[in-house]
Amino acid sequence: MSNILVNAPKTARRGAVIEIKALILHPMETGFRPGPNGRLIPRNIIERFTATWNGTEIFAMDMSSAIAANPFVSFFAEANESGTVVLRWTGDEGFAVEERVAIAVE
Amino acid sequence: MTRRLLVVGLALVFAASYAAAQVGTQSGADKRRSGYQDMGEALQKMQDDDTANPGMLFVQLGGQLWVKATGAADKSCADCHGAAAASMKGVAVRYPAIPSGGDLPVDLGGRINLCRTEHQKVDRLPPENRDLLALAAYVAHQSRGLPIAPPEDPRLEVFRQQGAEIYRRRQGQLNLSCAICHDDNAGRKLAGIAIPEAHPTGYPIYRLEWQALGSLKRRLRNCLVGIRAEAWPLDAPEYTALELYLMERARGMKLETPAVRP
Repeated sequence: MSNILVNAPKTARRGAVIEIKALILHPMETGFRPGPNGRLIPRNIIERFTATWNGTEIFAMDMSSAIAANPFVSFFAEANESGTVVLRWTGDEGFAVEERVAIAVE
Repeated sequence: MTRRLLVVGLALVFAASYAAAQVGTQSGADKRRSGYQDMGEALQKMQDDDTANPGMLFVQLGGQLWVKATGAADKSCADCHGAAAASMKGVAVRYPAIPSGGDLPVDLGGRINLCRTEHQKVDRLPPENRDLLALAAYVAHQSRGLPIAPPEDPRLEVFRQQGAEIYRRRQGQLNLSCAICHDDNAGRKLAGIAIPEAHPTGYPIYRLEWQALGSLKRRLRNCLVGIRAEAWPLDAPEYTALELYLMERARGMKLETPAVRP
C-alpha cells in the first residue's frame, strides 16, 4: 500500500510548460539515528525519483539521507504529445512504486 | 441651500460610520486567531493545497484503512458506518465526548480504539501509532470547515473544569502555566517563534518539525517538556481534560484538519 498525491494538469496546450508536483508517504530514515536499544536504525530512504513521458525520461533526481520524510518533488516539463507520465520512486528495502498520470495535449 | 445640503451630507456620513462601527463590533467580537493566521504565507499555501499538504497523505491512508476489514470480527469501519463523508461529518468537532455506556470522556483516537476492541475485536492501537493517527485524520477531515461544537453534556463539565485548572496551573522548573504563554503573551515571540493562541483547530496536525502527523497529546507533551515539567503518561486523563477545555475555548472556530504547522 503506497500513498502518493500527484498534482498535474489533465490537459495542456502543445508546447506549453506545465508543472508536475508529487508527494509520497515515506519515512526517509537517515541511517544515522540510534533506536531505543542504542543501535543505529538501518537506513531506509528513497534513492531515486524519475519521471518519464511516453517512455522518455523528462526528470530524475537522486535523494540522500538529508531529504525530509514524505518528500515533495515539483518539476516542469514541455507538453509535446498526449500520453502517460510515469513517476517512479525506488529506494532501500526494495522500495519501488509507480504512479501514472494521463495528460492530453491539444 | 448648499449649507443645508452639507448638513444633510454630514449627517449621512455620521450615520454611515455609526452603522459601520456597529457592524464592526458585532463581526469584530471574535478576536481569536487560529495558528493558521500566524504562520507564513508559504505554509498557508501548503496547507490549503490538498496535493501539497503532507497531512493529506495520512487522510488518504486513513481512507484505505476505513474500508479494510480487520480483527476477529473481520469488519471494517465502513461495514458499520458506511461512507465516512456522510456518517463522520461533524463528528470530530464534538469530541472529546463520553461514549454511550461509559463515564469517562474519550478523544477521537480513544473512540476509534473503543470501536476496535468492542466491534472489530482487535487490539487497541498504541498512542501516536501511524494507523491510528491516519484514521483520526480521515474522520476529522470529514468535518473540515465546520465550527467546533463541544457537546452540551453536563457530565463533561467537571472534566472541563479540571482542564481549565491545569491550563492555569504553574508547573515545571520554569514555573509557567499554559495561560502565561497562550493567553497573556500570545502573538509575541518566544525564542524567535510566534506564540500561538493554542486553539486545537487542526488536529491531528502535520508538523514540519516532526516530519510526521501528530496528535494534540503529542503537542501538549512538547509544551510540558518545554516548560521542563514531567509529561504525564500517555494514557493519563489530564490530556483529555485539557483537550475538553481547549475545544470549549475554541468553540465556533473552524476545523482545519489536517493542518500544517511549522
